[in-house]
Amino acid sequence: MLQLAFLPFLFQNILQRPSTPQAFFRCVRVHSFFCVGIPVSLSLHSHLLLRILRKCAWLLFVFLGITLVSFLVIHLAPGSPTDMEVTLNPLAGEAARKRLEALYGLDKSLTEQYLNWLVRLLHFDFGNSMSADARPVMTKILERLPLTVSMNVISLILTLLVAIPVGIFSACRQNSFWDHILTLFVFLGFAMPSFWLALLLMTWFGIDLQWLPISGLTAMNYDQMGSFDKFCDLAKHLTLPIMVYTLGSLAGMSRYMRSCMLEVLRQDYMTVAWAKGLSPFAVLVNHGLRNALLPVITLLGLSVPGLIGGSVIIESIFALPGLGNLFYAAVMARDYTMIMGNLVLGSILTLAGNLLADICYSLADPRIRTQAV
Amino acid sequence: MRDRLVFLVRAYGKLGFGLFLVLCMMLTALLAPLLAPYSPNAMHLDHILEAPSQQFWLGTDRLGRDVFSRLLFGGRISLWVGFVAVGISISIGTILGLISGYFRGLVDELIMRFVDVMLCFPSFFLILAVIAFWEPDVHNIMLVIGLTSWMGVTRLVRAETLSLRERDFVAQAKLAGSSTCYILVRHILANALAPVLISATLGVAGAILIESSLSFLGLGVQPPTASWGNMLMDGKTVISIAPWLSLYPGGAILLTVLGYNVLGESLRDMFDPRLQQRFF
Repeated sequence: MLQLAFLPFLFQNILQRPSTPQAFFRCVRVHSFFCVGIPVSLSLHSHLLLRILRKCAWLLFVFLGITLVSFLVIHLAPGSPTDMEVTLNPLAGEAARKRLEALYGLDKSLTEQYLNWLVRLLHFDFGNSMSADARPVMTKILERLPLTVSMNVISLILTLLVAIPVGIFSACRQNSFWDHILTLFVFLGFAMPSFWLALLLMTWFGIDLQWLPISGLTAMNYDQMGSFDKFCDLAKHLTLPIMVYTLGSLAGMSRYMRSCMLEVLRQDYMTVAWAKGLSPFAVLVNHGLRNALLPVITLLGLSVPGLIGGSVIIESIFALPGLGNLFYAAVMARDYTMIMGNLVLGSILTLAGNLLADICYSLADPRIRTQAV
Repeated sequence: MRDRLVFLVRAYGKLGFGLFLVLCMMLTALLAPLLAPYSPNAMHLDHILEAPSQQFWLGTDRLGRDVFSRLLFGGRISLWVGFVAVGISISIGTILGLISGYFRGLVDELIMRFVDVMLCFPSFFLILAVIAFWEPDVHNIMLVIGLTSWMGVTRLVRAETLSLRERDFVAQAKLAGSSTCYILVRHILANALAPVLISATLGVAGAILIESSLSFLGLGVQPPTASWGNMLMDGKTVISIAPWLSLYPGGAILLTVLGYNVLGESLRDMFDPRLQQRFF
C-alpha cells in the first residue's frame, strides 16, 4: 500500500509538460526515482498488469475531469448554440429559439445536460455537427484523423533519426565548437514560431524555387493520375508541412538526447566498457545509447498534446484537411458539438499517449518491470 | 586583462545577451510613440506595398501603412499581453501551489488532480475553444492565456513548499506564533521566489508565442490594432509579391522569444549551478 501513496507523484511527473530541456530532465528523474518501489513477489507479467490496472483507474478519474471541464468551458461561456441560427436570422423569433433549444435539449438544467452528454459519450456518440452538413461528429473526426496522425508519426520518426545522432555527437564532444553551434540552433529552434517557419519555407521552396506546392493535399488533376504519380503528388504536398513539424520538434529532442547521453557517459559502466577495449561504436551504441534512449520514450508521450495543438496552425497554413483544420473551422463556425468532441478526443489522445509511453517504458526498463509500481 | 575579459564573457555572456535583447525590446515598445516615424494606422494610399526604402524603412503593407511603426506598436501589445498573462498564471499557480504544498491532505489531492486534468488538454485547443466564445479582444486573450498556463507553476511551487515547510525556520516561526499567512509569504514564498521568477521569464516567451499564433489565426488581437501575429496574417496573403511583410514581424517574435528564453536559462544556471555543468 505504500506504493499507492506514491502513485500521485508518479503520474504527475509523467504528465508534466516541461518547456525546456532541464525541466524535461528533472521530471523524468523524479519519475524514475519513484518508480523504484518495493519489490513484490509477483511474476513479471502480473506486475505489468497491476501497473496498467492502477493507471486505468486513474485514467477514468482524469477522463471524468476532462469531460467536466470541456462541458463547463463551452456552456458557461457567453452566447448560446442557437445564436447562429436565431439572432442572425431576421425571420426567427423567440418561439423559434425555444423550439430549437428543446430540440437540442438546451432547456434542461446544466447537470442534466452534462449527464446526458456523458452517457452518449460512453456510447462513442459525440452528437451531430451543428454545421450545415449535420453529419455525426465522430465520422467527421475519423475522416480527418489519419492525415494528422500519419504526418505526426512521419515527422516523429524523422526527428528521431536526426536528433539521436546529433545528440550523441554533441554529448561526446561537449563544449566543442560544433556543440556550441548546435546549442545556438537549439535556442533558435525553441524561439522560432512554427507559422513563421512555415511562411519562410513556403517563400523559399514554393515561390522562389518553385519546387514544391504550397497548399492543399493533392493537385487539381489528382484523380486522373496513376497510382505512382498519386503517391509522388501526395509526398510533394506533404513535404513542407512535415518539414515544419520536424524542425519544430528537432531542437527539443536533440537537446534532450544530448543531456541524457551526457548523464549516461558519466556512469561507471561506460568506463568499464571503454576499459574492456570495446570499439567506440559498441560502447556508445550498445552501452550508451540504449540507456540514454529510455527517457526519450517518456518524452514522446509528453509531446502528444503539443503536436495536436500545433496541428491547428500548420494545417491551416497549408490548407490540409486534418484534425487541426477541422477544429479551426469548428471554432470559427461556433460548432458546439464539434468543439466539445474535438476537445475530448484531443485529451483522450493525450491520455493514450501517456499510457502508451508508460507501458513502453516499463517494458523497456527491467528495473521498473521487476519492481512493480 | 584579456583573460579577465574572456572570463567575463564566458560567465555572463549568455545573461548579458538575453538581458540586452529583452531590454531592447522593452525600450522600443515603451518609446514606440517617440521612435515611430508615422502613426501605426496612418494609411499612405499612394505608397501601397512598397519595398523597404529611405522613406519607409521596412516597407509598407497592403493599406500603405508603415511596417516599421506597426512593428514598434505591435511589440507594445505583444509584450503587454505576455506580461499580464504571465502575471495571471504566476499568481494562480503560486497561490494554489502554496496551499497545496503547505496544507497537504485532501486540498492537495484535489488541486493536483485538477492540474492533471488541465494538463491533459492540448492547451492550444482549449485556448481556441474559449476564445471562440468570448470576444477576441486583448483583455480576454491575456485572461485565457493566463488561465490555461498556471499548471507548471503550481507544481513547481508545491514541490518547493513541500521541502521548505519541513525546515527549521518554519518550525521556529510557528513556535514564535506567526500566522499561517505570514509563514507562507515571508518564509516559504520568499525562499521559493527564484524558481518562480525563472519560470515567469520563460513563461513570457511562451505567452508571446501563443498570442502571436492566435493573432495569426485571426482569433487574437483584432485589426486595425497592430500585433506581430496579425501583421504576419496580413502578410501571408501577399507573400509572393511582398515577402518583407512576412519577414520582419516573425523576426521580431523570434528575437523577443529568444531573449526571454536565454535570460531565463542563464538565470536558472546562476541560481542552480548544479545543472550548469550538465546542460549548457
